[in-house]
Amino acid sequence: MLNETGILFDVTLCEGCGACYDMCKEVNNLPETNDDYLKDHLSDNTFTVVEEYGEIYTRKLCMHCNEPACVSVCLVGAIKKSSTGAVVYDADKCIGCRYCMQACPHSIPRYEWGTTKPRIRKCNLCDDRVKAGKLPGCVEACPTEAAIFGKMDELIEIAKNRLKSDPDKYYQHIYGLEEAGGGHVLIISPVPFEQLGYVSKLTSEPMPEFTMRAMEKIPSVAIGGGLFLSAMFWLTKRKNELAKEKKSTNGKENI
Amino acid sequence: MKINDILKPTFWKVVSVIIVTMGLFSTYYRFSLGLGLTTNLHDSVPWGLWIGFDFIGVGLAAAGFTIAATVHIFHIHKYEPLVRPAILTAFLGYSVVVCLLVVDLGRPENFWHPLVMWNIHSVMFEITWCLICYTTVLILEFAPVVLEKFKIKAPIKYLKIISIPVVIAGVIFSTLHQSSFGSLYLIVPGKLHPLWYSSLLPVHFYISCIAAGLSMIIFESFLIARAFTKKDGFHHTELKMDILSGASFAVLIALIAGFLLKIYDFIDNGKLPLLTVPSTETYLFYLEILIGTLVPIFLLSYKKLIEDKKWMYLTSICVISGLVLNRLNVSITGLAASSGVNYFPSFDEISITMMLVVLAIFAFRLIAKNFAVFVSNESENSVNENGTAKSKQIILSERYE
Repeated sequence: MLNETGILFDVTLCEGCGACYDMCKEVNNLPETNDDYLKDHLSDNTFTVVEEYGEIYTRKLCMHCNEPACVSVCLVGAIKKSSTGAVVYDADKCIGCRYCMQACPHSIPRYEWGTTKPRIRKCNLCDDRVKAGKLPGCVEACPTEAAIFGKMDELIEIAKNRLKSDPDKYYQHIYGLEEAGGGHVLIISPVPFEQLGYVSKLTSEPMPEFTMRAMEKIPSVAIGGGLFLSAMFWLTKRKNELAKEKKSTNGKENI
Repeated sequence: MKINDILKPTFWKVVSVIIVTMGLFSTYYRFSLGLGLTTNLHDSVPWGLWIGFDFIGVGLAAAGFTIAATVHIFHIHKYEPLVRPAILTAFLGYSVVVCLLVVDLGRPENFWHPLVMWNIHSVMFEITWCLICYTTVLILEFAPVVLEKFKIKAPIKYLKIISIPVVIAGVIFSTLHQSSFGSLYLIVPGKLHPLWYSSLLPVHFYISCIAAGLSMIIFESFLIARAFTKKDGFHHTELKMDILSGASFAVLIALIAGFLLKIYDFIDNGKLPLLTVPSTETYLFYLEILIGTLVPIFLLSYKKLIEDKKWMYLTSICVISGLVLNRLNVSITGLAASSGVNYFPSFDEISITMMLVVLAIFAFRLIAKNFAVFVSNESENSVNENGTAKSKQIILSERYE
C-alpha cells in the first residue's frame, strides 16, 4: 500500500485560484456548471470543488479510501481499487442501485439523475494519467503546490514534518490518514476540519469492517440453522408418532 | 362469472382501474425520462420510497417462512390452513419487491449482472441471491397447488420428496435476507440516527419481521373472511379463531423479545440519554415503539382481548404499522438529518408503488378464486390420502358461479 500514490493538500498554501477546478473539468471533459467556481458544488459534472471559508480555501474530492465502503458494497464490483490506490468505476458493470452513494462516509459519489443511462460520477484520481506517468490534472494545475502528488509514505512524511516544524500554523491533525481507515488524499489545515465542512466524527476503522462483522456470521447461521431445523423436523415428527402410538394403545386398553 | 359481472362498476373496481392507469403512465415516464425527472431522489437522498417500501414488503411477507416452518418442520398441523395463504402472500409480496427494485435501478437493463458479476463482500449481493433463491423456494412450495388444479400428478411426487429440504432452505434464505436488510445500514454509522443505528440492526429486523409477518396473516384473514365470501364462490375463508389466537401469541412473544433486545441495545450502547432529546427523530421513535410494540404487547397480554375478533384485528394493524414506521425511519427519516434534506416521494414514486400493490391484491384474489388456496384442516388431510379431493372442490365452486 505504501507504494501506492496519492495527493497531499495543504490548506495553508491554497489561494483559491480555481486552477484545479478548471483543469479537472478539462481532463474529464466536463461541461461548465457554475459561473463562479467558488459557489459550485460536487455534482455529476463536477468532481472537485474549491470552497471558501472566510480567508481560508479548501477542496473537496473523493478521498480514495484504503478500504472503501463503496467498493465493499457494490454488488457487481463496478467500483474497484486501482493498482495505484485510486478508487475507480466501471459504468458497464453498474446496475444503478446507488448503494455506494448511501454507504460513502464522505458522501462523495454523485449520480447522473437526468439521463436514462445514468452513471456514478466522482474523482478517479486521474488514474489513466497517473498510469501513463503524468500528474493528476488538479496537481499539475496547482500554481502554489498546495496539492502535491507522490507515494503515500513520502506524503505522510511531508505532512508530519510540516505539522511538526510549524505547530502554530497547523491544526495538529492529518485529515484522511485515519478517517474511515485512511485513504489516498491527505489534508492539513490551520483550523479544525469540521470548520471546513469535512466529516469529522469518522472512526479510524475501515467502514467495511462494520458489515463484515455481520456477514462473517452467515456461514454459521446457514449451517447451524440447517442442522437445527433438520433436528427439529425429526424430533417433532417422532414425538407426534409416539403420541399417536400411545393414543392407539390406550384406545385398545380401553376396549 | 359473466362478462357483465366483471364490467359492472363497483367503488373498488373504479379506484383500482384509476390507480393502475396512473401507475402505468408513471412507469412509462420513469423509464423514458429517467429517475431525476420522475422521482424526488437526488445526490443527498439516493434511496427513497421504493427502497423503503421494499423493506416493508419483505418484512410483511415473512409469514411465508415462519408458518411453513411451524407446520412442516415443527409439525404443528393446527396451522395448516394458513400455509397456502402465507406462501401466496409471500410470493406476491416478493413479486412487488422485485418489480420495485427493477424500477428503482438506474440501469434496469443490467438487472442480470449480479448473476455473473460477484462481489461476495456486499450485503446487497447476498440479499439479491437470497431473494432469487427464496422466490424459487416459494414457487416450489406453491407449485403443487397449481399442478393439482390441472391434475398433473407426476411432478407433485418429486416435489413431495424434496419438500422438506425446500422448506428448510426457505427458512434459511429468509433468515439471511430478512436480517441482511438491516445489515445494509451497518456501513453508515455516521449517517443513520443513533436511535436506529445499532450493530444489532440485523437481529432487530429479523425479530420484527416475524411479529409483523404473522400480524399480516392475521390482518389478511380478517379481510379475506369479509371480502371472499361463500356468495363469491370461496370456501374455507371463514375466521378460524383458535388458529389466529395461537398466531397472536407468537406475535406477543416476538414483540417482547424485540422489545427486550431494544432495551439491551440502548443500555449496552449508552443510548438512553437520546430518548430525552426533543427532536423529530425522538418523537418518531416513540411513536414507532408505542404503536408497534407497547400497545400490541399490552393488548395481547389480556386473554380476553386475544380471543376477541375486533381487538385482534386492531392489534395486527398496530404491529404492521409499527414495522412500516420502523422501516421508513431506518431507510428515510433516520437519514434525513445527516443528508440535510427533507425528502418526500414524488407523484410517480407513489403511483407506481400503489399500482403494484393493487395488482398484487388483484392477483391474490384471482389466484385464490381459481386455486385451492384456502383449505380446512380436514380437506388438507384428505388430500394427503387422495390427491383429487381438492380439484373437486374447485369444480364445485366454479359451478356455484
